[in-house]
Amino acid sequence: MTGPTTVRIQREPFDAAAEANKLTRGRSDVGALVTFTGICRGDEAGEPIAALTLEHYPGMAEAEIERHVEEAKARWPLMGVTVIHRHGRIQPGEDIVLVMTASSHREAAFAAAEFLMDFLKTSAPFWKQVEKAGEKTWVEAKTADDAAVGRWKTGGRQAAE
Amino acid sequence: MKLRYFAWVRERVGKPDEDIEIPAGVVTVGELMTWLASRGEEYAHAFENPKVIRAAIDRAHVKPQAPVKGAGEIAFFPPMTGG
Repeated sequence: MTGPTTVRIQREPFDAAAEANKLTRGRSDVGALVTFTGICRGDEAGEPIAALTLEHYPGMAEAEIERHVEEAKARWPLMGVTVIHRHGRIQPGEDIVLVMTASSHREAAFAAAEFLMDFLKTSAPFWKQVEKAGEKTWVEAKTADDAAVGRWKTGGRQAAE
Repeated sequence: MKLRYFAWVRERVGKPDEDIEIPAGVVTVGELMTWLASRGEEYAHAFENPKVIRAAIDRAHVKPQAPVKGAGEIAFFPPMTGG
């Protein structure tokens, strides 16, 4: 059985506790809730940063995330998924992204949250610009992120493991 | 056809979007990038290394071999760095 799905792209901060409550209140079948929060670090390559600015492709960002949420729901027995990604200027210590997965057991919830984060980083149209010492530069994509996505292709981890 | 640019592709081209008549000889997304690169210095700079540029047609990722025919909106952008 599937539960509520929420996908939001927003400028404002989000409240992870309130989002968790939305996935679990009024039901007793959820036995595992995994929450991943991506937070803006105060340093990049050993140097302090002033802020990150996230640009996105409105419409496509939501569509890409929703597509992967559907895939996650087909692969694992999920009882609810919430993905919230912020855009605009974000300062160190502020939240950037929230991925929350609910299931009856932890294996599915952990795996689906990791799966969603891996695809979010490589296929959702967002771009980070870092402000450092008065200069703005675009963050380069990491090959490690592409490698992380590769493990979910055929023969990748399943809930049954 | 509407073209959209994001991140440093947008900065180099100098605009977020534009409406363009694509010449009949341009069949694929890859050919469209080659043609765009010939439209002036800023385009040449933006598309100087088409291998690193990703494309989407009507908000879905496509490969450079994808045909442009029938597309409503084509977007060009660098590899994604969200999350």
